[in-house]
Amino acid sequence: MPMTPDTAAHGTAVRARTLFEKLWESHLVVPETEAAPAVLYVDLHLLHEVTTPQAFTELEARGLSPRCPERCMATLDHSTPTLPANAEGKLPYASAASENQVNQLRVNCERHGIELFDMGDDRRGIVHVAAPELGLTRPGMTIVCGDSHTSTHGAFGALAFGIGTSEVGHVLATQCLLQRRPKTLAIEVEGELAAGVGAKDVILHIIGVIGVNGGTGYAIEYRGSTVRAMGMEARMTLCNMSIEAGARAGMVAPDAITFDYLRACPRAPQGAAFEAAQAVWSQFVSDAGAEFDRVVRIDAAEICPTLTWGTHPGTAIAVDAPIPLPQDASAAKSLGYMGFEAGMSLIGQPVDVVFVGSCTNGRIADLREVAHILKGRRVHPRVRMLVVAGSEAVKRQAEGEGIDAIVRAAGAEWREPGCSMCIAMNGDLVAPGQLAVSTSNRNFEGRQGQGARTVLASPLSAAAAAVAGRIADPREFLNPAAAEVA
Amino acid sequence: MHALTHIHSKAVVLRGENIDTDQIIPARFLSTTTRAGLGQYAFSDWRKQADFAFNQAANAGRQILIAGRNFGCGSSREHAPWALADLGLKAVVSSQIADIFRNNALKNGLLPIVLDEAIVQHLMSQADGEFSVDVAACTLTAPQGQVHAFPLDAFARTCLLEGVDELGYLLRQEPAISVFEAARRADFSISPRTPQEPSHAR
Repeated sequence: MPMTPDTAAHGTAVRARTLFEKLWESHLVVPETEAAPAVLYVDLHLLHEVTTPQAFTELEARGLSPRCPERCMATLDHSTPTLPANAEGKLPYASAASENQVNQLRVNCERHGIELFDMGDDRRGIVHVAAPELGLTRPGMTIVCGDSHTSTHGAFGALAFGIGTSEVGHVLATQCLLQRRPKTLAIEVEGELAAGVGAKDVILHIIGVIGVNGGTGYAIEYRGSTVRAMGMEARMTLCNMSIEAGARAGMVAPDAITFDYLRACPRAPQGAAFEAAQAVWSQFVSDAGAEFDRVVRIDAAEICPTLTWGTHPGTAIAVDAPIPLPQDASAAKSLGYMGFEAGMSLIGQPVDVVFVGSCTNGRIADLREVAHILKGRRVHPRVRMLVVAGSEAVKRQAEGEGIDAIVRAAGAEWREPGCSMCIAMNGDLVAPGQLAVSTSNRNFEGRQGQGARTVLASPLSAAAAAVAGRIADPREFLNPAAAEVA
Repeated sequence: MHALTHIHSKAVVLRGENIDTDQIIPARFLSTTTRAGLGQYAFSDWRKQADFAFNQAANAGRQILIAGRNFGCGSSREHAPWALADLGLKAVVSSQIADIFRNNALKNGLLPIVLDEAIVQHLMSQADGEFSVDVAACTLTAPQGQVHAFPLDAFARTCLLEGVDELGYLLRQEPAISVFEAARRADFSISPRTPQEPSHAR
C-alpha cells in the first residue's frame, strides 16, 4: 500500500499539518531527539559533475557503494560548453580540469550503475530543469542534490534542498541524511500580477521584503491566489530562489496544474499507476488551520518589474524606483562595486551583456517571453546577448516554435543547454567592469566573471534591456496583441 | 577528521555582511576532483587588494575568523569550508551563519559560532588578543575575559570532540533504513522507476 502522509507517522490524521510537516514526517526513518538529528529518507538524489567527485572518492575509500543507484540521476551541466563541437567532434571545454571533471562523473556513474544524461543525450539539461521535465520530480518526494538551487523541485510539493559534498556521500551510502527540522514560513501572495510582471519579479520582490537572510532556518511554503494561478515553470522560478533568501527549501502544494504537467512527463507513472499516484500526491497539501512558525503576506498588486542594484539578491527594487541610500557599510561597498549611486535610477544604465537562461529562467515559458519582445526587433549593437535553453528538451521545443530563429534574427546567440553564464565555469564570462542584465539567480561580486557587475532580472526585463542597450521598463516593450505572455 | 576540543588563537576580521561562498572560493576553482589544497584560492578576488585581512602578515596562522552577519550564504559548495580549513581556520564567528555552510563546516572540523550581533562587533575590536574556545563547554572566552556561551547541536558537538563524521552513525541505522524501504517499496508515486516506464532508448 502506498505510504500516504496521513498514515505515515500517526496511523490516523488528527492534527492539522503543513505540507512541510507531511513531507518531513512521511520520510522519517528515525525521529530526531535532543542527542541526534532525524534520519530522513531521500527519494531522489540528483548529481552533477562539480559537487560529486570527492563524494565518490570518499565512498570508495571506505569500501562502500551506492545503496540505491536507481534513486540517483546524474547530468552534466555546470562545466559543459554551450558552443557545439568543432569539425573534429571536440567540445570546447574551458579547461582540461573541466573536461576531466566531466569524465570523472562518467566513470563514477558507469562504475556504480547510476543513470547519466551525458553530452549528446536528448534528456540532458541543467539538473533542476531536466529532472522536473522528465517527471522524476513529483509531489510527496524528498529530493536532494549537491546544489543549492535544488529548492526548485519544491514547486511540485516535494521537500527538496541543497546539500554539501560530504552529504552527497552520506546519501549515496545510506539513501538517508541527518537533518534537524527547520521552522516553517508561509509566504502568502494574493492578487493578480500586472502585465509585464512574472514569477521572477515576485521572488525578487519577496527577497527584497524578507531580506537575503530572512528565510534562514526555515522551509518556505509559497501560498495564495497569485501562486495558485502560476504555471509549473513560474512556480519553479519562485521556489528556485528560496535559497537566495537563506531558506534551503521552498515549496508549493500540488494541484490540478501540477498533475496536468506531470501527466505529460515521460518518466511519470502512466495510466492507472498515474491515477493511483495522484491520489497520494493530492494529500500533500497544508491542512486548513495548519500553523506556520511565521507568515509573510505580499500584495501582488504592489509588485512591479523588479531588478537588483547591488551584490546580493536582497537588493531588489522596482525598475522605476530610485536606488536607495545605503544603510550600512556593506550596502555602500555593494553600491561602489556596481558603480551606482543612491538616488539614481536603474532605467537608462548602459548594458554590455544580457544573459537569458539558468535553472531560474531557462525553461520554455521564459524563452517565449524573450521571443515576445525580440520578435521584429534587434539587440542593441552595444549588447552581447546569450540565450541558453535549460535543457536539450527545452531547446528542441523552442526550435520547434521558431524561437531560435527570432533570437538569431535579433542578433543574439542561441547556445547549447547548460548553466553557462550563471556560474560562469564553462568559459561563458562577463568581462571585468561590464554590466550584465541576467535572468540567473545570483548577483554576487564576480559571479559571472571577475569584476563583472550583475543585475538580476526577469526574462522580459532582460529582453527589454537587450533591445534598448540600457536597463529599461519591460512594460514599454510588450506587444498588446499578445498580452497573455505577460 | 581530527578531534577539535579547544582553540587558542587570535582572530582575523572580515566586517562585511552577507559574505557568500562565491567570495570564499570563486567558481573557477571548483573544477577540481579533490578536496585538498584549496586554501590558496580562498577569497581569491579579495586578495588582490593589498590591505585585505588575509594578506596581512600579522594575521597569518590565526585560527578564528570573525565575520559580519549571514556568513556563507549562497552556493552549497563544500569547497568553501574546505578552503577555509585548508587556511588553518578552526572556527567562524558571526551573528548569523547560512544553513548549508554551517552544515558543511561542521563536517570539516570548522566550528560555526553564532553570537549576538553586539557581541560579535565587540569581539571584532579585540581580534589581536588571544581567544579561547572550549568545544565541550560550548564557550568562547574573549581576550578581555568575558565568557560567551554559543549554541551547538549535541550531535555535532560529539562528532567534533571525537573527530568522527556522521557517516558511521548513519551506516549503523541500516536496520531502520531497511524497514523503512520495505514499507514503501510498492509506492510508485515516489519511485524513480515505475513498471510502466518505457525503456530509455537514446
